[in-house]
Amino acid sequence: MSAQQQPQLGKFGHGVEDKQVLGERRSLLSIIVAKFFQNKLAVFGLVMLTIITIACVLAPYLAPHDPAYQNLRNRLDAPSAEHWLGTDHLGRDLFSRMLYGGQVSLYVGFASMLGAVTIGAVIGAVAGYFGGLVDAFLMRLVDIILAFPNIFLLITLVAILDPSINILILVFALLSWTGTARVVRGEFLSLKKREFVLASRTIGMSNIRIIFSQILPNALGPVIVAATLAVGSFILAESALSFFGLGVQPPNASWGNMLTDSQSITIFRNAWWYPTFPGLLILITVLCFNFIGDGLRDALDPRVVEK
Amino acid sequence: MISYIIKRVVMMIPILFGISVLSFAIMYAAPGKPAIMNLDPEIPPEVRESQIERLGLNDPIPVQYVRWLGNVVQGDFGTSYSRKIPVTDMILDRLPNTLLLMASSLFIAAIIAIPFGVISATRQYSLTDYGVTMGSFVGLATPNFWLGIMLIMLFSVQLGWTPVGGVATIGAEFSIIDRLHHLILPAFVLATADMAGLTRYTRSSMLEVVNQDYIRTARAKGFRERRVIYKHGLRNGLIPVITMFGLMLPTMIGGSAIVESVFNWPGIGKMFIDATFQRDYPVIMAITMFGALLTVIGNLIADILYAVLDPRIEY
Repeated sequence: MSAQQQPQLGKFGHGVEDKQVLGERRSLLSIIVAKFFQNKLAVFGLVMLTIITIACVLAPYLAPHDPAYQNLRNRLDAPSAEHWLGTDHLGRDLFSRMLYGGQVSLYVGFASMLGAVTIGAVIGAVAGYFGGLVDAFLMRLVDIILAFPNIFLLITLVAILDPSINILILVFALLSWTGTARVVRGEFLSLKKREFVLASRTIGMSNIRIIFSQILPNALGPVIVAATLAVGSFILAESALSFFGLGVQPPNASWGNMLTDSQSITIFRNAWWYPTFPGLLILITVLCFNFIGDGLRDALDPRVVEK
Repeated sequence: MISYIIKRVVMMIPILFGISVLSFAIMYAAPGKPAIMNLDPEIPPEVRESQIERLGLNDPIPVQYVRWLGNVVQGDFGTSYSRKIPVTDMILDRLPNTLLLMASSLFIAAIIAIPFGVISATRQYSLTDYGVTMGSFVGLATPNFWLGIMLIMLFSVQLGWTPVGGVATIGAEFSIIDRLHHLILPAFVLATADMAGLTRYTRSSMLEVVNQDYIRTARAKGFRERRVIYKHGLRNGLIPVITMFGLMLPTMIGGSAIVESVFNWPGIGKMFIDATFQRDYPVIMAITMFGALLTVIGNLIADILYAVLDPRIEY
């Protein structure tokens, strides 16, 4: 880091001396940001993902064609200047559909993550803070949910509740908070024994305030990492369920349900672009989330030293 | 040791109980009251009522739960709505196909992931290491069903090397070659689900081992590097990896639903997906519970294996 930040007194008010003792004065956040940006893959992921997200959000302005417009004379057209990534079996523009589908896929990913992380953080915090019977009960609940192969329980619930975008988000959130809960619980177990918690208690702070305003902010690091990786896994799960017709329903396009109709020998023989591009986009997006998550994990871990 | 195993098995009981309660609750909440759907819709309402009464569907929920659990414990998961035959028979009929697929996948995952993990660890920060790490990143991010589609498109349709699906050529006589021919693609796709994790796990386990004192001792004695790594290192490095196989069971079962459907493989995974479309709840719940049971058993095996293989573990 450049030593030429504006001259100011150090934390202990000793100026130059202070700098020698403490090294340079830098906020924790700036250290984390600097560490993150040293990780090339993480930066690549962030840039790619930003581009993909912006492109999907701006789909109405960027898409060269109406995603639902069927032109049966242009069925399974190869990629060309007119249709950049070709067309599907109904003559719809693949690129435009991928942009609009991305809106749904990313929305499901982010919304499910918010739900799952919120539930997981609250349950993990309560279990870790109170301990005892509460903890034992909540952790057995986690074990039980984890015992079911995720995809089976997901599909069962979605099928019973009738698949739609909101049901998908609800079910994802209700079944996927377990990882976050375990992480947060672990953090709370060690944090609750620290002096600042004792101090908060001595001044008469309520348990709820201690949990959410004092301890939770200190446990955010691992939660952020888990949340980032979760978005990727939700996008994968959404695509699989939608592919089977158990997720996002047509006419809404999502990256998963676009692939449903691509399963035919004719398409496999003559129109490789149709099944290839939507899947490739899922792969790249999830890869970006994993790169970012990995970069954040290193950046937030104080044991990992800057190179 | 025995007492440890007994303790572990006893610890499973509350979890199994929870699984059964959750399964029953889902069954009970399912729209259209499963058991009623099995009745003939043509029968008059009075007869229908008495039928419902006779089936015990008006009993209190706990009574129904206990009765249901009693049947499940005896291996009776009810009758399929769509095919009107016992669910247990349907599962047993399809199970060998799924087990064959899973066993082959475990084998493929092991022979690919373990060597890559070891090489990656012995040449840490080399180009190979980065390549393997990148490969597992991509593997983790690839949708399984899409990989299946891509492979079918490339190998089955474009190149014509493999069949597009199924377990065997219809009408042909049984032949191992034909079976393997059908098995290779789905088994590979199912294996990729666990390969990335297994590679990373092997790598970190081996990294820990190669920094141990006894490895340095082996080197100091002048053994060749190959012998140090593969004779002295690998044996200890693989202990935690073997336990991974128990933990891989759940992802394998879950993945089988996807892979079997894409490759038209007549196993319980495909049966599950088909059943969800027919709203065949007894089949859905039976397979879900079966999967949960296998998961719990997989965890148990992993724990026991770990204790058996590593005498340093105190239990």
